[in-house]
Amino acid sequence: MLAHAGERAVLLVAPTGAGKTLAGFLPSLIDLASGGREGLHTLYVSPLKALAADIRRNLLAPVEELGLPVRVEDRTGDTPQAARRRQRAEPPHILLTTPESLALLLSHEDAPHLFAGLQRVVVDEIHALAESKRGDQLFLLLSRLEALAPGFRRVGLSATVEDPEAMGRCLAPAPRDATIVRAPSGAEPDLSMMSRRPPPWAGGAALHAIPEVLDLVRAHRCTLVFHNTRAQAELFFHHLWMQNDEGLPIAIHHGSLAREQRQAVEAAMQRGELRAVVCTGTLDMGLDWGEVDLVIQMGAPKYVKRLVQRIGRANHRAGGRSRAVLVPAHRFEVIECVCAIEAAREGDLDGQTRGPGPLDVLCQHILIRACSGPFAADDLYAEVRTAGPYRDLPRADFDACLDFCATGGYALRAYDRWRRLVEHDGLWRLRDPRSARRIRMNLGTIEDKGTLKVRLRGSQAPLGEVEEYFASTLSPGDTFLIGGQIVRFESLREASVEVSRRRDREPRVPAFGGGKFPTSVALTRRILGLIEDRSAWVRLPRHTAEWLDLQARISRLPAWDRLLIETFPAEGRWHAALWGFAGWNAHQTLGLLLTRRMEAEGLDPLGFVATDHALLISGLRPVEAPARLLEPEGLRDGFEGWLAGNAVMKRTFRGVATIAGLIERQMPGLRRTGRQATFSSDILYDTLQRYDPGHLLLRVTREEAQRGLVDWGRIEEMLARVGPRIDHVRLTRVPPLAAPLLLERGRVPVEGRGRERLAEEAAARLLEEAGLDAL
Amino acid sequence: MNGTAHSLVLHRTHCLLLASGALFVPEADLLCVADLHLGRSERAARRGGPLLPPYETRATLERLEEAVALAKPATVVALGDSFDDDAAAHALDPGDRARLLALAEGRRWVWVAGNHDPGSMGAVPEWRGAGLVFRHEARAGAEAGEVSGHFHPKAACPGLRGRRPCFVTDGRRLILPAFGAYTGGLDTADPDLRALFADRAIAVLTGHRALAVPLPPARRCGAGG
Repeated sequence: MLAHAGERAVLLVAPTGAGKTLAGFLPSLIDLASGGREGLHTLYVSPLKALAADIRRNLLAPVEELGLPVRVEDRTGDTPQAARRRQRAEPPHILLTTPESLALLLSHEDAPHLFAGLQRVVVDEIHALAESKRGDQLFLLLSRLEALAPGFRRVGLSATVEDPEAMGRCLAPAPRDATIVRAPSGAEPDLSMMSRRPPPWAGGAALHAIPEVLDLVRAHRCTLVFHNTRAQAELFFHHLWMQNDEGLPIAIHHGSLAREQRQAVEAAMQRGELRAVVCTGTLDMGLDWGEVDLVIQMGAPKYVKRLVQRIGRANHRAGGRSRAVLVPAHRFEVIECVCAIEAAREGDLDGQTRGPGPLDVLCQHILIRACSGPFAADDLYAEVRTAGPYRDLPRADFDACLDFCATGGYALRAYDRWRRLVEHDGLWRLRDPRSARRIRMNLGTIEDKGTLKVRLRGSQAPLGEVEEYFASTLSPGDTFLIGGQIVRFESLREASVEVSRRRDREPRVPAFGGGKFPTSVALTRRILGLIEDRSAWVRLPRHTAEWLDLQARISRLPAWDRLLIETFPAEGRWHAALWGFAGWNAHQTLGLLLTRRMEAEGLDPLGFVATDHALLISGLRPVEAPARLLEPEGLRDGFEGWLAGNAVMKRTFRGVATIAGLIERQMPGLRRTGRQATFSSDILYDTLQRYDPGHLLLRVTREEAQRGLVDWGRIEEMLARVGPRIDHVRLTRVPPLAAPLLLERGRVPVEGRGRERLAEEAAARLLEEAGLDAL
Repeated sequence: MNGTAHSLVLHRTHCLLLASGALFVPEADLLCVADLHLGRSERAARRGGPLLPPYETRATLERLEEAVALAKPATVVALGDSFDDDAAAHALDPGDRARLLALAEGRRWVWVAGNHDPGSMGAVPEWRGAGLVFRHEARAGAEAGEVSGHFHPKAACPGLRGRRPCFVTDGRRLILPAFGAYTGGLDTADPDLRALFADRAIAVLTGHRALAVPLPPARRCGAGG
């Protein structure tokens, strides 16, 4: 690391916790050891508040032992106001912070003074940041710092990633690239799949494997049990405890639990009191837990890169060999787990290239810049183009963002009387300096998913959070799982869900958003490669190889450059299974589009199920010509019309509009005065669609949804690789590969015309039952 | 009931709760709307808040025009919070103002004052007609036949996604949904709102059709605890 201390940008790629964090600080400590320095020298940015605090403790030890004249402090959302004020007046030499707190620091007028002497910036877990808008924001903030302290050195610390050069381009001041330094990888990890018994045909939480998981926990010092979604983690943890007869100390940790509860688990872990933690992506990174000697991945990992990072959580101290066991949750995941293990062994990592920097984050950055003082548009444009993700930003896009920040960017220009930013003598500034406070309160790009706190009745301490939508489906008396305990819903109060500890019914599992990633393209390619290559089936457990063999004899095997469509009757319905291998999101979108076309053609579709590999559409009549339904032109036309009114778009819009500063996060005190004061972002979305369809935020929303939740890109990719090679197989009974699809949960009903009438009937019944039909 | 309105007797007056969110009283030829919140985006921008899309006044007026064209009432009662604040009433876009005046032409137009617009357009604190009393905010212990707004009630119905703006009534008092485009909602289960009604009460959801659903009884203190 020291050899590269003088370079502008260095990306250090090393497995989790290989001591790279301290390596990142070494040049700073040497610089500062001679003493006599004033002001902020080094900034450390990490995605986790806890990490900032932890690094401070780790840094203070050598600083104090060696008696170095170095002040180290952290600054996050948890830092008290008084300490924050003091930090701005008398900055420490080394400041440890998060992207959001850095944004706040840079929004103040004294930022030029504070950062004038900055020498180094260390970005920890940069691979995690770079996957989200938090990274885009951070790289924009670095461009601001570059203007305040030209030439400072940048160090990025990254776990193993597939394309370090691309990440280096985010870190370095454009048009430069970063120097990539790769730490030698440790011992080959010990990877295996649990296959003593065949997994069930469908399902996601792998409850069948609980006895074996308990055996593994017993045989190890400390185990991390990773799940792909919070809901699955909750369900698994609940059932695990029912079978944990000897009371092994096992805890649960995920992003919807209350902070206090997560901290308690982390502390118990550090004291070595836990034998296992059931967790989700929240433990993919963060504190170094040396005691962990086994990682269990429940369900297919979906991304090889993520699997590799999770494996790195075990035994990484002192170059030990990491051990990981993969547990397929259902039969198809056996194939996926085998492929993921092979890819991990070969170091064949996958990833999604992120597009250019999103414009909603740029809008927020412009507002941050305006808060700190007047600026010239040309200067700011030149500055943001030094941020890696924005290096190719067209001037027109920048101007559209500036216009949005200044006037709202509406086609109706009567609004000129009320501006947020005004231009005087070539400099842009806030019209009303008081608006800086509101802008600061809404900084950051972490999505507010509209969650409600869950509290025990009569207690202030929250147990965790559930999504508003889930809360709205609860009736008093319903029970659900949170933090592994069954609670009974009592009432909705002051934006929190009141529960009691009663348990009289089978609990429901809350719907937590996020976390359901589609299988990566690279991994999908491997899966299809294995299915197509009969001689490779020896690498599969026998039960799975036999299943594929049966499929080949009864129907056909799916292939990379062909699209297999099977139509067959079952349970009094007609089904069409499309083996698109385009990922869960894309299949869901395809399902919505195809059922719409089927409805128009009078094929009476009833619903569909989307999985990562296939789409199963069920209806009252058989699909005779599936190829025609899939004809790209028609599909694309339908897509445009459908997209506008789609719920996914509205959800995406909410995130975009919040980040861009159109919607404010809850203002303090507002909650008290009643919820009728705040209205849903859906209303704004509908209004813009109707009166201003060309608006910037609608454009940003469309682009983002097509890449993300709607995943239109992968539909196009699938149609392109398949071309005209569509194999329609008509069967009289259920084909082997498709059989589990009939058992899948999460069927999406088709909302036909009769929906409102059905609701009317339900309402009339309710009125009659309540004896209110006369009112 | 043809679905576009829910018919009921409030106190002693026959009322039609329209799916649009307006109330029509046939015997008085009267249309009543609550909480238009015109000028909401203008007010937010003026006060240094977010620059909301400036189309809500247009959207609200379009809906109001439709409701008036259908009912052709002799009297229109705007039940308070017609403007997001008094200044918003003065800052109304000239085009929007002309539309509003055109709507009021040839009929009696009553502005009831709300908490947002206490002093606009010569608004009155309350207004009596057709055996009913119209005021912005319901009063605890008010006489029967009270019609009000203010709460922006919303309710859900099994089979429908999300909550919709709704009327709430127990036959003695009626609360209207907010008619304005940029308005949020308060769930009918909210204790402050629920406490205004007898145990036997209904919500009438707005939308394409007026949909009546029972209101769950108020939670009694100590029940289930």
